[in-house]
Formats: sequence, C-alpha cells, structure tokens
Amino acid sequence: MRAPARLAFVAAGLVFLTACSTHGSPYMFDPKGPEAHRITSVWWLMFTLAAVVYVVVAGFIFVAAFRGRRSETGKPSRITDNGFIVVGGIAVPFVILMVLAWATVDATNHVRRPEKNPLKIEVVGKRWWWSVEYPDQHFTTANEVHVPVGRPIELGLDAADVIHSFWVPQIGGKVDLIPGQHNVWRFKVDEPGTYRGQCAEYCGVQHAHMAFLVVAESPAAFDTWALRRENPPSGPTGQLEATGQMVFMRSPCAGCHTIRGTAATGTIGPDLTDVGSRKMLGAATVPNDEGHLAGWILDAQTIKPGALMPPISIEPRDLQALLAYLRSLK
Amino acid sequence: MAIADIAPLGVDEHELEEIWSDAPGIPGFFSTVDHKRIGMRYIYTAFFFFFVSGLMALVMRSQLSAPDNHVVSPYTFNQMFTMHGTTMIFLFNTPVLAGFANYLLPIELGTRDMAFPRLNAFSYWIFVLSGIFLYASFVVGKMPDGGWFGYTPYTSKVYNPGINLDFWGLGIVFVGISTTVGAVNFIVTSFKLRAPGMTINRIPIFVWAVLSMAFMILFAVPAVTLATALLELDRLFGTAFFVPHLGGSTLLYQHLFWFWGHPEVYILFVPATGMVSMIITVFSRRPLAGYIWVATALIAIAFISFGVWVHHMFATGMPIQAMSFFSAVSLIIAIPSGVQFFAWIATMWRGKVEFTTPMLFAMGFLLIFLLGGITGVMVAVLPFDWQVTDSYFVVAHFHYVLNGAVVFPIFGAIYFWYPKMVGRKLSERWGHISFWMMFIGFNVAFFPMHILGFLGMPRRVYTYPSGLGWDHLNLISAIGAVIFAVGTGITLVNWVHGRWWGPKAEDNPWDADSLEWSTTSPPPEYNFAAIPVVASRHPLWEQHPLPHAEALVDEEGPKSLSAEGALHHQNTETTGLDARPERALELPHPTYLPFVLALGLAVFFVGLLVKATIVGAFGVGMALVGLTWWAWRTDVDLS
Repeated sequence: MRAPARLAFVAAGLVFLTACSTHGSPYMFDPKGPEAHRITSVWWLMFTLAAVVYVVVAGFIFVAAFRGRRSETGKPSRITDNGFIVVGGIAVPFVILMVLAWATVDATNHVRRPEKNPLKIEVVGKRWWWSVEYPDQHFTTANEVHVPVGRPIELGLDAADVIHSFWVPQIGGKVDLIPGQHNVWRFKVDEPGTYRGQCAEYCGVQHAHMAFLVVAESPAAFDTWALRRENPPSGPTGQLEATGQMVFMRSPCAGCHTIRGTAATGTIGPDLTDVGSRKMLGAATVPNDEGHLAGWILDAQTIKPGALMPPISIEPRDLQALLAYLRSLK
Repeated sequence: MAIADIAPLGVDEHELEEIWSDAPGIPGFFSTVDHKRIGMRYIYTAFFFFFVSGLMALVMRSQLSAPDNHVVSPYTFNQMFTMHGTTMIFLFNTPVLAGFANYLLPIELGTRDMAFPRLNAFSYWIFVLSGIFLYASFVVGKMPDGGWFGYTPYTSKVYNPGINLDFWGLGIVFVGISTTVGAVNFIVTSFKLRAPGMTINRIPIFVWAVLSMAFMILFAVPAVTLATALLELDRLFGTAFFVPHLGGSTLLYQHLFWFWGHPEVYILFVPATGMVSMIITVFSRRPLAGYIWVATALIAIAFISFGVWVHHMFATGMPIQAMSFFSAVSLIIAIPSGVQFFAWIATMWRGKVEFTTPMLFAMGFLLIFLLGGITGVMVAVLPFDWQVTDSYFVVAHFHYVLNGAVVFPIFGAIYFWYPKMVGRKLSERWGHISFWMMFIGFNVAFFPMHILGFLGMPRRVYTYPSGLGWDHLNLISAIGAVIFAVGTGITLVNWVHGRWWGPKAEDNPWDADSLEWSTTSPPPEYNFAAIPVVASRHPLWEQHPLPHAEALVDEEGPKSLSAEGALHHQNTETTGLDARPERALELPHPTYLPFVLALGLAVFFVGLLVKATIVGAFGVGMALVGLTWWAWRTDVDLS
C-alpha cells in the first residue's frame, strides 16, 4: 500500500501546485498553438504511462523488500528470476517504448511543416534582447513579436553574437539561434493573447533577463499594427517631443539605437521607432512606464547588470523632454 | 587440483610488512603506489570537491528562493553554476568512482595490486593537480562562467576575453589524462590479474560495471579532450575551429562535447549500478538474479550510449529525419536499464531483505532512479524534448539520475565498504538518519523542478520575476536542498567519527560474498599473503573454507600465487577468459616518478594558461625527464 499512497500523495501535490501556479504562468500544457497542443497530448499520454509504471514497479520494490521478512524462510516465489527480467525488464518496456516511438513520429509529422502564404518574421538574438524584423512589411521592432491568429508563421532565427534559444512554452518548443546558421521555426497561434517567451540557451551574464512577448491578435488588428509601423509618423508631435528628439540625437543614444526617419541608425541596441507602444522594457524585464523608462535611461546597470547599455548622465530638463519624445513613439 | 585449506602460511607477517610498506611520513605520501592508499585518497579528495560544490549549490538555491533576489550577483551566480557542474562531473563523480574501483578491484579480484601501480599513482596526481588548477581560478577571483558545457562562441575569446575560461578549457584537457590512464588500468587489471578460477562468468558485477565504464571512457574522453583542446587553440593561438565567420562551426563543438557528454552520464551511472548490485545481493542474502543478463546489460549500455548524444541538441535545427534516429536509440537504451532494474527486484523478491544503511541507500536509489529513468525516456521523445530541453524539467531529470542514482549508491557504498577500508564501523543509527534526510531532502529539492520546467522556467537563470508561478516552488526547492545538505553532513560526521572512535570491524561484517571480505579489515599492504582460489561466483558464500593457491603452485601455477610470491613482491598474471595462472609479475616499488611527471604536466598547463613559453617549456622538460626516467627504471624496479 505504501507505494501507491506515496504516489497518490505526490500526484495530488503536483496537481495542487500546478493548479495554483499556472495562472499567469507560461505553462507549456496550457497550449495556444498546434505545436504546443500536440506536445501536450504526448505529455498526458506519457504521464499516464509513467504513473502506471511508477506505481506498479514501486509496488514490486516494496513487496519484494518486505515479503521475505514475513516468515523465517521467505515464501517460495511463483515467478522465476528470468521471468521478472524478461517480462518486466524487456517485454513490457519494449511495448511502452513502441507506443512512445509511435507518438513521437505522429507528433513530429504534424508540426513545423511548411504551409502556404506564411507571414515571414526574422528574429535576431543579441546580448540580451531580440531584434524582430518583418521583411515583407519593411520594418523592425524589438522584444515583441506580433502575429495574426491562425496564419502560418515562418520565423527565421539568427544570432548576432552567441547562441540563444527562442522559446514560448504556450506556443511550442525551442529553436536555437546559432551564429553562422539560419534556423526556421514554423508555427501558428490559435488564440489571441500575450504570451511570455524567454531565451533558453545560456548566453552570458544577463541570460536571465532576455525575455520577450508574443502578441497574437486578430488579422485585422495585426494589419493595423503592422501598417502603423510600415509608415511611422514623420516627426515629433509637439514642442517638448521635438526638444526630446534633439536631446536623443546629441546624446549617446543615437550611436546605438535606430529611430526610423531620423539620423539615429545605431544597431547595437533595439530599434526604438515604436518604443512608446511596447508593453515592457529591457527585453521584457520591467514595465514600460515613465518611471522605469527614466530609470532605464539613467542607469540600466541597476536593473540589468552587465547589459551593454551604459549609464547616461543627462540634465533633468532634458530627461523630461527625452521621456516625452520616446513615449510618443507609437 | 589439490587445494589446501586456509592455514598458517609459515610466513612472518612482519617480514611481509617490511617488504610492502611505504616509507613513513611525507616521502611515503608522495611515492606510494599502493592501490588502497591511492583509492582512499581519490575518495577523500573527491568528497572534498563534493562538499565545496554542494555549498555552491546551496548559495544558488538561496539566490533563487525568492524572485528578484540579491544574494549573489549575476556574475557570481554564473560562475557558481559553471563550477558546480564542472566539479560534480569532473572532480567528484568520475574520480570518486575511480577511487572505489581503485580500492576494490584488486581485493575483489584477488590480486595484490593494479596492473600498473605507478600509472595508478600518476592518475591520482593528475586528478588532484587538475582540481587545484581549476580551483586556482577561485583563488585569483576569475572563475570560469561558460557553463559546465562551455558552448562556443560564448566561450570564445571575443565574448569571454578573461583568463577565466582558460582555467576551464585547459583544466578539462588536463583532468582527461587522469580518467583515460585510469581506464586502461581498470581494463588490464580486470582481464589479466584475476585470482585463479575466477573465470569470466564469475567476475563480481561491480567489476563488470567498472569494465563497461572503462571502455566508455576510452572511446568518449578523447572527444571532450578534442573539443576543449580545439577551443583553447582558438582562444590562445587564434585558430578558427569554432569561429563561424572564418569557416568554423559552433555545432561541431556541441557534437564533440556531447559525443563524450552522453556516454559520460553512463560512465557515472554504470559503476553506481554495479555498487547497487553488490549491495542488493549481500542484503538479500542470495546470489544476484540474472547475472548473465546484468553483465550483458552493462556491456550493451556501453555500446548504445554512443548513439544518443544528439538528444542534447534537438533544438539546434537539425533535420527531423536525422534526429529521429537518435530519438529511437535514446528510447532503446532504457531496455538494458530495465533489465538491471528487474534483476534487482527479482533478487529481493526471492531473497530476504535486511535494511542496513547501505541497503536503504540502494532502495532509495531504486525509487529515485525509477523516476529519473522514466523522465529520461520522456526527454528522448523528440517533440517533448523541444519543450523541456534547457528548462528546469531537465535540471530535475538529471539530478534524479546523477544525484539520486549516482550519489545515493556512492553513499551506500561508503557505508558498505567503509569497515573494509578503515577497519572500523560506521554508526548504523546515524546512517539511517542521514539516509532519510537525504532521501526526503532530495525529493523536496528536485521534484518541484519538474513542474518549474512545465511552467516555463529556463535553466541557468540567476533570477526571475514574480508572477510567473515560480516563487513557491523555488522556495520549496531551497528548503529541500538544506535538508539534503544536512543529511550529507551527518554522513560526513559519521565518517570522521568512525575513523577514530568507531567499533573495530571484523573481516566480513556483512557476511558478504566477494573476495575483498576474505582478507583483513583493513587489508594488509599486499592484500593477500597467498592468493585465494575461486570456484564460484560467490566464493565466501559457497566455498567453505576458502582455499588459497599454496598447493596450486606445485602443480601448475607460478610461485607468485603463494606467500612466497608476496615475499618477492610479486603479482600473478592469469589468462583473460578462464583465469588460469600464467606467470609471475614483479610489482614496482614506491617511486616519486608519477608525481614528477604529473607535476611537469601541471607546470606545462600553467605555462599555457599564463602564456609563458618558458614556463611551458620547463614543464615539458620536467615531464620528459620524468617519463624517460620512468621508462629507464622499468628494469631496475622490476628486478
């Protein structure tokens, strides 16, 4: 009885912990796309098999350990040594492994396949953020991947420096970004929503703060979003913003960042053409509000030690203008 | 064949001791070639690294016990997980098993020392010097931070310009020498130095496991040596093996690394299963079920382990057809483990189990490895691995295997063989307490990590934001880690206490079956005055009394089998399959040469590290002198 009891306890704990943890969590078995769906099905199949195997085998271990102690000589066994080994060690595992092999082939056959009329997106992993380019729409953004629901996506993956890995647990598995190699991840998202992703290959001191968001929206909403970025506003919207733009251009900012339609064409840091519209800053590290933006500009090192953005010293009045300008870039 | 019973041998033990013992004090320390002293030293040194590395794990768990925590900086955290993994694999798990193998092989096989005692000493010196080399990075405050796997280009000079990574890259090349020569020694010893009558189907299962390990080492370690050596060539001399824009390939590094890296898992796991087989046999009070099956499984694992490495690279974008093969092989390797598992169950089923501390650790191993093995099958499933690779699920999985299924047997082995090695017994009571704390702490620490992986937590992050459902599970894990650590600490105290105050151990305190229990506890320097003659897989259970080869000498065997051989400092070579005595071998006397050679190599590696040609050249010179002298001295030593 002990083994099943222990397992039931563990299983109950698992269900409980999972239940109270999944809310707001990038939980891989809360699938929002076909690939994650397939893998979730494989998982529950495996979990069922695993639970049965664990309970049965642990039961054998406990019975084996205690049965000999009940009497002085131990009860004679009806099962031979070789019977145990051939049935338990070879035959049964073989059948289970065949089931898993079938599940593997079945699942892999149905995911990551080329489809007609894909939306092409090129993602470049850099230390420690993501450049996101829409080549057919001719614009680039960062740390936010917007996709239309239901449309096949062809996501090109490259690395600018070291190896990174692109992972959105609710949408699918990982694909690495490897210098000198162009990988492609083909996937779809079924449900509108914002899904957190994170770099899954250790890439240096700020590997922990290299997250991003996948924003899945209706095709119409996506088109609006993309069109806006294809045709960014031509200039600052007001006096303060205009001052802010001047501050941006003469400060170190422009050396590393691009704002399309201006003289700023740096490529070391993220493209800021639509920075005001993004939900988060610093590769999904802190929320994109005025306070965090100011903190980030003045001393990104406190938020993200080792990030390539140096502390910027800036007059308070200039900072105010700069903030207004950046937040107006939508 | 006429066989004499164990009887007074007519040899003066003091005389034997004079012939065999090392010089006292420091000279003896540096010149010993006794496999038992070397084996113990291996174990002590490895455990030193185990506890250091375990403390780093505690720091990491406390950093992760709460979101946005500031116990250590990201730099320190990254250095710690690098050193934790590197230490556990290269400086604890591999060498501690080599230590047990070193100590046990000759006494379990019934011989007076390893096949190459000086090589054995050399192997230890390389191990300890490479450990010092790696930890020198700690002393100068420049610990490597490239992860235990050291993926390039992050570990290239461009992205990691400091000396930190060179400590790691050169250290791995350096320690590989130790592992390789050790493996050669194990193989030759197992095949050529068995007691008369110990035919190939009577070899103790632990020795089969060590053989399997040694063959894997021979074929796998060159790959990691190559990977790290090429990496260092890139770093130190500007070559471009792994530099993509100059025509190199970063994936080549991964292939080389994992071609060693996966067999390495089995290099660690297989000897641990050998220990478990020995312990379960003894405490089930019956022969191991399916001996032939288990031995075959051990050899099968050694072969199949070389066909699974790509499952560490399922996310690198290789063609699915290519990956499917490795997915299939990674599933298949579960079969030999299943065979072993059910052999253990069958042994207990038809035996009468005694719950001593070693047996508790073996049972804990069974329950933990069962889960670790199941999750191991899961990660072989290609699409599932896309999700869980490099997530905390994998951290959970390999700790169930490398900590649960390797460290638990090692702790069991300590409790099991300690009386033989030290001549004193450990406290059973504190052993039980230690086991339960380790078992509970282990599961509390590592089980939640499976779920953390499902919740999307990647590996190797120094912190995480709150609100993702990761907070509580990480806190639980930290609590478990502390319980586990206290459990290991209790064993350490038990160990130290037993060394001086433990009750004296009999020759065969567990009523065990294999030859090491026939000699005294601790064994004399020469192990056996006269070599025992084996006629069974379980000589101490089935041969009463255990005969020795005194009489065999007159008929067919060389004199070295008898106590007279011990007086002449000899060993006996036997045939590979049926262990018929062939000829006497002269055993080398204590010598400083292994230490000199190892030190020379260490100086050479330091020269490479600090890029000082003169130092490097001096090291090479020293090593060459040592090597030449060694070759020269062969005759002198052996005559």
